[in-house]
Amino acid sequence: MQDLTAPSLALAQPPPAAVPAGEKLPLAAVALGLLALLAAAADADPGRARLSLCLALALVSGGALGWAWLAFGQRPPGWHPHDLWRRASTSRGAVAWATGVALTGFYVVLYWFPWLLENLIRALDPFSQWLRHRPADQWFLYGTFYTLAVLVLGGRGLWKYRFSRYHLARTASVMFFQLGFGFLLPGLLLALQKPEYYFSYFWPLKYDYLFPGTVAQLLHGGGLGAFMVFWGVVMSFLATPVLTYFLGKRWYCAWVCGCGGLAETAGDAYRHLSDKSRQAWRWEVRLIYPILGLIILLTGLLWVGASGAVPALGVVTGPLGQFYGFVIGSVFSGIVGVGFYPLMGSRVWCRFGCPMAAYLGLLQKHFSRFRISTNGGQCISCGNCSNACEMGIDVKQYAQRGEPIVRAACVGCGLCATACPRGVLNLENGPREGRLAASTFIHADSLRIL
Amino acid sequence: MHLVIIGNGIAGVTAAITARRLAPAARITLMGAESAHHYSRPALMYLYLGHLRYADVKPYADWFWAENHLELVQTEATGVDVAARTVQLATGPHLAYDRLLLATGSVPRIPDWPGQQLAGVQGFYGLPDLETMSRNTQGIRRAVVVGGGLIGVELAEMLHSRGIHVTWLVREGRYWQSVLPPEESALLEAYFRKYNIDLQLNSEVRELLGNVQGQVRAVVTTTGQELPAEWVGLATGVQPNLALAKAAGLDTDRGILVNELLETSAPGVYAAGDCAQHRQPAPGEVAVEQLWYTGRMQGETVAHTLCGQPTPYRRGEWFNSAKFFNLEYQTYGRVPARPTAGIASFCWQHPNGRHLLRLNFQEKDQAVTGVNALGLRQRQDVWEHWLREKTPIGTVLAQLAAANFDPEFARQHEAAIRRAFARQFPSIAVAKPRRKGLFGLLK
Ligand SMILES: Cc1cc2nc3c(=O)[nH]c(=O)nc-3n(C[C@H](O)[C@H](O)[C@H](O)COP(=O)(O)OP(=O)(O)OC[C@H]3O[C@@H](n4cnc5c(N)ncnc54)[C@H](O)[C@@H]3O)c2cc1C
Ligand code: SF4
Ligand code: SF4
Repeated sequence: MQDLTAPSLALAQPPPAAVPAGEKLPLAAVALGLLALLAAAADADPGRARLSLCLALALVSGGALGWAWLAFGQRPPGWHPHDLWRRASTSRGAVAWATGVALTGFYVVLYWFPWLLENLIRALDPFSQWLRHRPADQWFLYGTFYTLAVLVLGGRGLWKYRFSRYHLARTASVMFFQLGFGFLLPGLLLALQKPEYYFSYFWPLKYDYLFPGTVAQLLHGGGLGAFMVFWGVVMSFLATPVLTYFLGKRWYCAWVCGCGGLAETAGDAYRHLSDKSRQAWRWEVRLIYPILGLIILLTGLLWVGASGAVPALGVVTGPLGQFYGFVIGSVFSGIVGVGFYPLMGSRVWCRFGCPMAAYLGLLQKHFSRFRISTNGGQCISCGNCSNACEMGIDVKQYAQRGEPIVRAACVGCGLCATACPRGVLNLENGPREGRLAASTFIHADSLRIL
Repeated sequence: MHLVIIGNGIAGVTAAITARRLAPAARITLMGAESAHHYSRPALMYLYLGHLRYADVKPYADWFWAENHLELVQTEATGVDVAARTVQLATGPHLAYDRLLLATGSVPRIPDWPGQQLAGVQGFYGLPDLETMSRNTQGIRRAVVVGGGLIGVELAEMLHSRGIHVTWLVREGRYWQSVLPPEESALLEAYFRKYNIDLQLNSEVRELLGNVQGQVRAVVTTTGQELPAEWVGLATGVQPNLALAKAAGLDTDRGILVNELLETSAPGVYAAGDCAQHRQPAPGEVAVEQLWYTGRMQGETVAHTLCGQPTPYRRGEWFNSAKFFNLEYQTYGRVPARPTAGIASFCWQHPNGRHLLRLNFQEKDQAVTGVNALGLRQRQDVWEHWLREKTPIGTVLAQLAAANFDPEFARQHEAAIRRAFARQFPSIAVAKPRRKGLFGLLK
């Protein structure tokens, strides 16, 4: 007999799961919608392009919601990720690669070839005029798509997780923050001739909000601008530590953040793809803390530069700022972060690149009441929890040792606890004393797991 | 010291890992016939469901073994010479040991039905069974599952996930009758039927019919029904795997007989996990324990003895958990399937048929003796404490929220449970409850 470790799985190679016949109709609507989107992009006549775009958005949204209803609404409520690892779309098959390339391609066009989107942007002009009192641009187009993705796939999430009030609340929350704080409110600010400002992003994630240039510009905007600076400082340095102390970093990553919102809704089908190996974890630590260090350094240098104390500083800060903005801000957070969803899981950016996650993570690990408790000796090492973890935490390693899970990376999405078939895991806030104490039902072994 | 462990299931592996910690210098060889690496047997179903891949159900990554100097051998042990202290292997030379641990697990127990050798008829225990099942259930439409226990429900769920019509034959009058009280069985039976599982109670197999290719085509029941089936899963229980122990001349009964240090009748030879049978089980405990956590505890205990720290096996308060399709089940302490003299039983059910809590307590001093929970998660250490301290039922009910392990925002049913209790046992006072709820967030 041989070990069944080969990637072939050797389990008699069950055929990839087929899409049930009924689900093909809504999926066809999505495909038609994408076609209409292409038509809109190719049409120089704004009126026709607008019609195509409306049709496209209606088909894609309607199709996606209809499909979610068929895929989840027709089953009894509960967690059943059947065939996740057998479907081409969710197991890095051909469909996943095609989706990944399309998403990545969209970002490349958005950042470097925005004129290719000109027709789509013009088609959005009336909407933009209505909302923001100004013509659309590529970022407005992106914001519209982004928000729609969070709302439509959030709707899918509400169906899928209708058995769990934690997930309903969490999903509704990210939908609310993206629509209100990430889309409508910034639009309204522009309509009122105020500087655009995203109230759900703070330094260090939105790194330039605390750059001297941005601060000066905002302060120029009068009382509201001063409030924005004040809000930014308070959220970054006061609210973040205080809330994280009580709730862990989940209050932000899984409930408020726009990037997190997209990961929890659009990325939900890909959460299991995150790499749980020790190697991946080492890369995580190697990348995320230096990135946090870099943005602290850059911000500090900019303030020293702005004080005029060291005039020669511009030589360093200029290129450093450009590098950070391009490599981290655009390539990492957008192209890799979202484009690679179908191949590397939904939280690549959050896990390997986000300075806010690093900051929150340090607080969570060393200064918080949050932990995931493991319920006595009940773990059967089945691996469902690790599989569900979008942050690549091998939750099972802790659970099978009876150790509470206290990890900087955990965003508190709660899916490990939902996926566990034995009710072993629970997200909890509690006293810090004994927070790391292992269960008495399993005697800890001292052998390394990471 | 050379420690040889036969069987890389949870018992053997826990023993190896514990021994490595206690005796850093020992040579440890871990042998398994089924797979090169340890995997989680209870997770087999998730491979079939497509939730997980094989690599995901290995409790330890492949680098773990070499890094901790645990030698893995994938082969079958065909004999043990207890006098010469050697193990014969199916492949390769004899292996000499100083101490030997048998952790050979179980094999399916299948009654002798005519036709059970037909293709498409099988038990379900290990990877080879999963492989056969995957192959033989491809594209089929109807299957029959036989046996009303936990493996039966897993098979039903697996088949159901592929859209295969499942007829499920259970010999007893209700589901898992030997373990669950009637209310729990009834709730689960209704629940299975909601999933369109054709559950047939009081039904036994008489014989299995095949076609000319030697492939199963139908199951005939004792009532004379002929049920068409392209695949038949036999989940009629497991029994200790004694092949090796018997060949080595060890004392066996249903399992390999061991004392409380898990020593067998031969010096230097020990047994742990599913294959072991306690000569003198503690009062109220069973002689053969076939559970994941008892395997782990036995493995850990025996490793201490193997490393020169003789440690008797003490299981502690009984607990278990399972999942029936989407319904979680947990039990702590003793909850007999039948009414027991001197034990009062209180059972609360939610009208939606998805939550149940049963509390058993002694009539004389009201000390709580056990709990069954369906669709509610209970906190093990709290229950352990209540059971050990013989806490009165009134206190338990008042503090029930402390044992709540449900996720945040989940509906809490403690108040409804207390009301139901007050109706059923008006003479028993329940103290004022401790508050949980929103303030629990900041507790
Ligand atoms: C489908 C299924 C689901 C289950 N679900 C649960 C659950 O949810 N919760 C729970 O508590 N328990 C569950 N169990 C029971 C649990 O898996 C067992 O109690 C546990 O795995 C026993 O562990 P073990 O180490 O004693 O033996 P095993 O896991 O059986 O391991 C024994 C190993 O020894 C090897 N072996 C035997 N003879 C030889 C030989 N001569 N040479 C070399 N190797 C040999 C076998 O190949 C096997 O790999 C389940 C069992 C099954 C089959
Ligand atoms: S450990 Fe659990 S709660 Fe934390 S990120 Fe992973 S799945 Fe989510
Ligand atoms: S899902 Fe639950 S039982 Fe399975 S490994 Fe994780 S904690 Fe253990």
